[in-house]
Amino acid sequence: MAAKYELSDDSVVVVIGSGAGGGTLSNELAQKGVKVVLLEAGGRHEIEDFVNDEWASFGNISWLDKRTTSGTWRVAKDFAGLPAWIVKAVGGSTVHWAGASLRFQEHEFKVKSTYGDIAGANLLDWPITLAEMEPYYDRAEDKMGVTGTHGIPRLPGNNNFRVLAAGAKKLGYKEFHTGNMAINSQPRDGRGSCQQIGFCFQGCKSGAKWSTLYTEIPKGEATGKLEVRPASQALQIQHDDSGKVTGVLYADKDGKQQVQKARVVAVAGNSIESPRLLLNSATPKYPDGLANSSGQVGKNYMRHMTGSVYAIFDKPVHMYRGTTMAGIIRDESAFKPDRGFVGGYEMETLSLGLPFMAAFLDPGAWGRDFSKAMEGYASMAGMWLVGEDMPQEKNGVTLHASEKDQFGLPVPNVNFDDHANDVAMREHAYKQGSAVYDAVGATKTFKTPPYPSTHNLGTNRMAEKASDGVVNKHGQTHDIANLFISDGSQFTTGAAENPTLTIVALAIRQAEYITDQMAKNEI
Amino acid sequence: MTKAIMNRRAFLAASSAGAIAVAVGGNLVIGANGAWAMSTKALTGDEAAMLVRMARATYPHDMLDDAIYGKVVYSLDEKASADATLLKNLQEGAATLKEKKFDTLDEAGQAAVLKEIESSTPFQAVRGECITGIYNNPDVWKVLGYEGASAELGGYINRGFSDIDWLQDA
Repeated sequence: MAAKYELSDDSVVVVIGSGAGGGTLSNELAQKGVKVVLLEAGGRHEIEDFVNDEWASFGNISWLDKRTTSGTWRVAKDFAGLPAWIVKAVGGSTVHWAGASLRFQEHEFKVKSTYGDIAGANLLDWPITLAEMEPYYDRAEDKMGVTGTHGIPRLPGNNNFRVLAAGAKKLGYKEFHTGNMAINSQPRDGRGSCQQIGFCFQGCKSGAKWSTLYTEIPKGEATGKLEVRPASQALQIQHDDSGKVTGVLYADKDGKQQVQKARVVAVAGNSIESPRLLLNSATPKYPDGLANSSGQVGKNYMRHMTGSVYAIFDKPVHMYRGTTMAGIIRDESAFKPDRGFVGGYEMETLSLGLPFMAAFLDPGAWGRDFSKAMEGYASMAGMWLVGEDMPQEKNGVTLHASEKDQFGLPVPNVNFDDHANDVAMREHAYKQGSAVYDAVGATKTFKTPPYPSTHNLGTNRMAEKASDGVVNKHGQTHDIANLFISDGSQFTTGAAENPTLTIVALAIRQAEYITDQMAKNEI
Repeated sequence: MTKAIMNRRAFLAASSAGAIAVAVGGNLVIGANGAWAMSTKALTGDEAAMLVRMARATYPHDMLDDAIYGKVVYSLDEKASADATLLKNLQEGAATLKEKKFDTLDEAGQAAVLKEIESSTPFQAVRGECITGIYNNPDVWKVLGYEGASAELGGYINRGFSDIDWLQDA
């Protein structure tokens, strides 16, 4: 039975956001008997509400609140009001994520030590190591049912994977397979196995893909300790004279403003909304926003070096059939500086339906060449390139000087410029990606620019020293003991791997810490 | 207001790129092959016919009938009937093309004209509408080989998710 708490109940932990970080943290706390109020800005759309229709789904579940962009990234030109492609719904972006669940590599927790000083990059080592994270990665993989771990078989390869694998083999790559996916390859944890539906980005209709929407959240509710409030957008975190946070002002489903009192507040609104909320919570005591004594709130925004390669063959592929992210080549993910850049990247199959292909293959393009490419759709294979990008202080989230949202609060502006290292890595990745397809007879390849960001990271980063970042190794803000960050915004650096598994592992770890600190009356 | 008459099956039969829309006076546009027709609310028939040509020249697919492009313009016309700025832009775009005798040009000539105006608001209004109007149209999916929704059909687990037969070593 789901819990129900009074607004005045100041013994609850308020979690803001119900995705990989917030949804997991809420359940983990509830399982330990902690009282949790989970505020989610979006509505609660269950599996039966999902539609296999790209634009309709986009309209139903995306975060479409007003945002602005600046900087030299192409997204600012092609999709000026849509810096990020993420979800506003219960389950957050675990509703539309592809499911790739990869651990970081050891050196990716200490990139400053490994890469040295890189001009223009605000590099820092994480205050935690892979060894410290391993037990939590284990628990996250088990929780999410990640294929290729814990004896869980990998998924079968679809057509798109088989083209990728054949090319990888021809090129001499060694590590390629159908990935480590949080998609059931066999029934597990009360959910069925993958039906190769496709439309992973539109919400999994079979429930085979892990999402907090139908795993963590109902499990947390079943403890009787978790209350989920959908359509409840956090507007401001409040504090007392001592500086401790005391509650959250939010707009409820009827648009009425409410204050939920809290013993602890954990922010997990993704890397644009989380820093925005801290900045919008500025008071005379905290004039630069909450937890911002370092000045790093909203800075060091990372979105991964990304890009896609699509290739046309002279025979059919039907890449859209089955799992959207159906396989991976990992050989380029290692740190090999002789390639002309630091960090590494993953090559992961990706497919878009025809409607999104038209929008994203080459935004703004028109004419006979573009039409011809679209006519090759049925014979297309595709991959996404995702690698470590450099944190830069100038990249980030600030409050817009004049634009306001529906609640009268400044909207976020997202500024981004590629670092020279990002550009060099992308060029390398485009070349290798094209070579994979050329090796198996591609008649044409396309270098597709980055989509609006799906991996938003780093804007409340973790740092050993309070002067270097916003949170400590537990995601606890350096400035305010009972205020936590629980999403990808706490990433110190981005690594090459898709971030969700690490967000979940950090949330499991953070739940232990919060429970311990509450028991000791430290918070 | 009369509703547009769109023959959704017409494109399957028609394959001629020459089946270009013509205005037959007032606010009626009819495909030259007679397979479809539409009436407009805000644009004149002449303007709409010109924009149909523009849509086709922007995303030329020889296998698609004008009905597909007509539907794009139909939707633009609907929006323009409630949006004076859009209407003005569309009228301006049609007038520019008329001035350049767009309808008399061959494909290369039309492409050259569009290149000249590609950064203009009128062109971008039509191009943007084409992206969803053409490629989010299930009739077009069938022609270009996209199968659309699959969940209600049980996904592809028994319907060819791994049926590729031309790869060696795969």
